[in-house]
Amino acid sequence: MFGHFVPLPDAPRQYLPIDSTKVSAGFPSPAADYVDRSLDINEYLVRNPVSTFFFPVEGDSMEGAEIFDGDILVVDRSIKASHGHIVVAFVNGERLVKRLYHRAGKVALVAENSKYPPLVIHDGNELTVWGVVVGRFKRMV
Amino acid sequence: MSVFALVDCNNFYASCEKLFAPRLKNRPVVVLSNNDGCVVARSAEVKALGIPMGVPWFKIKDDARRHGIVAMSSNYALYADMSNRVVEVLSAFSPNIEVYSIDESFLELSGFGNLPGGLAVYGAEMRQRIADWLGLAVCVGIAPTKTLAKLANHCAKKNLAGADGVCDFTPLHPDDLTQLFDRIDVGEVWGIGRKINARLAAMGINTVRQLRDADAETLRSRFSVVVERTVRELRGLSCIDLQEVTPDKQQIISSRSFGQLIHDRVDLEEAVASYMAKAAEKLRAQDSLAGAVQVYIRTNIFKPETPQYQRAVTVPLPDATADTRVLTAWALRVLRRIYRTGYGYHKAGVMLADIAPRLSQQYSLFNAGAPRADALMRVVDGINQRYGRGLPQLAAEGIEQDWRMRRGNLSPGYTTDWRGLPKVKAQ
Repeated sequence: MFGHFVPLPDAPRQYLPIDSTKVSAGFPSPAADYVDRSLDINEYLVRNPVSTFFFPVEGDSMEGAEIFDGDILVVDRSIKASHGHIVVAFVNGERLVKRLYHRAGKVALVAENSKYPPLVIHDGNELTVWGVVVGRFKRMV
Repeated sequence: MSVFALVDCNNFYASCEKLFAPRLKNRPVVVLSNNDGCVVARSAEVKALGIPMGVPWFKIKDDARRHGIVAMSSNYALYADMSNRVVEVLSAFSPNIEVYSIDESFLELSGFGNLPGGLAVYGAEMRQRIADWLGLAVCVGIAPTKTLAKLANHCAKKNLAGADGVCDFTPLHPDDLTQLFDRIDVGEVWGIGRKINARLAAMGINTVRQLRDADAETLRSRFSVVVERTVRELRGLSCIDLQEVTPDKQQIISSRSFGQLIHDRVDLEEAVASYMAKAAEKLRAQDSLAGAVQVYIRTNIFKPETPQYQRAVTVPLPDATADTRVLTAWALRVLRRIYRTGYGYHKAGVMLADIAPRLSQQYSLFNAGAPRADALMRVVDGINQRYGRGLPQLAAEGIEQDWRMRRGNLSPGYTTDWRGLPKVKAQ
């Protein structure tokens, strides 16, 4: 009673996928049991992601510590800054990267380039040691 | 006995702005709402000047100039990232945590009472770690119920009890607590809004102590079971559990008012398409599909002297979807139907409704393309999350986006955008 099935010539077409399930054939890889996870550079540079922040460098005053213009510093606030650490510091309204000198009650921020004299912190200077530099990275290309 | 802590960031938005901008140190800073409209956050310096929360920026512009107030636009990407970090630090202090808002979390500390030095010391540790690791100040309130923890937090913030930003009600003698509650306005209690506050005042209930000691049954009959529950919580009976998993949203709304009035349909279409892209991304983030789309547009209701028009229309979709392309196509179809020329539009929005988990969805026979659309959308979301929003986008969203909201003084994405990282000088 329904007669023949006749498709309308201008009916909308619905394409159905034929490749949604991949079937593999052949011999399984002999290395399959030895698959190691690949290396993650984050894991190497960032030990504590929650307290880690990035700061790009502008200038040449830290070249002696192999920190160059355009490098991005990895700064970890969970490390307590002490004498000898390279730090990001806020001084008089500016963000600086310097080596922290803290001996015998004397505090100074020291550059790693003889062109720049040490910045001795007196009571008049506002110093905030923001965080300790734990690494740096840069894309070359 | 259950114990809760409420950890609340002080002046959160303003503190996030100050954290990366040394020139803002010791300066009064306000953060403004969308389109730089109203003050939504104030630094301690601004609070000291007596500038109230919520005041429209244009009204205080003269004061602001005189006091050197810096006004920042809302940088939600920054605040959300810092908020997530706070929660992550806190989750080391308790396995059970409820993220109550962008700057407040409840922690369950039941059974933590035997820690050396007690809970106040534990609270001080949280506070110290967030200060060290994130450079943000928080206050901690600790008590046997969530309502009391909120109140303890208020006491810590206002220095009414406790010390150094931490207030623990649990070791306090009941008489001391009563004395303290005598001095606190009932409006400070969690869940007591302005309306209820006024009605309570009419009943002679003005302080926290009076509310705590009021007859719970009477309050239930006059107000609601919610107020009754608040009273029981004030008495130390925990009635409100920690809500650890936020339920999936049943509706997702994305709407904004525009930087200036929009007359042109094309501009309106771009705005709607762009809101839909955002809403759809949220929809996919909770792994759901929407079964209906609503679009609404309206003129500026605050200018009744101009011609007014508003309209909202919802359409059910033939197949539930999370595909931005499909959702946008429907939204634009609706928009074209409701758009009328001759009006200056002030706000538009989209809403996704009839939301259900993707996994419970059965693809209909004639919607076999859906798995491939899912894959495409995953790629789009991935690129946007990695490289910044709006990189791959639908052309319908427009390029110029003249209608965009004003964010005149937006700080960079210090922690969320490679191009916005804060530079340090090596000089």
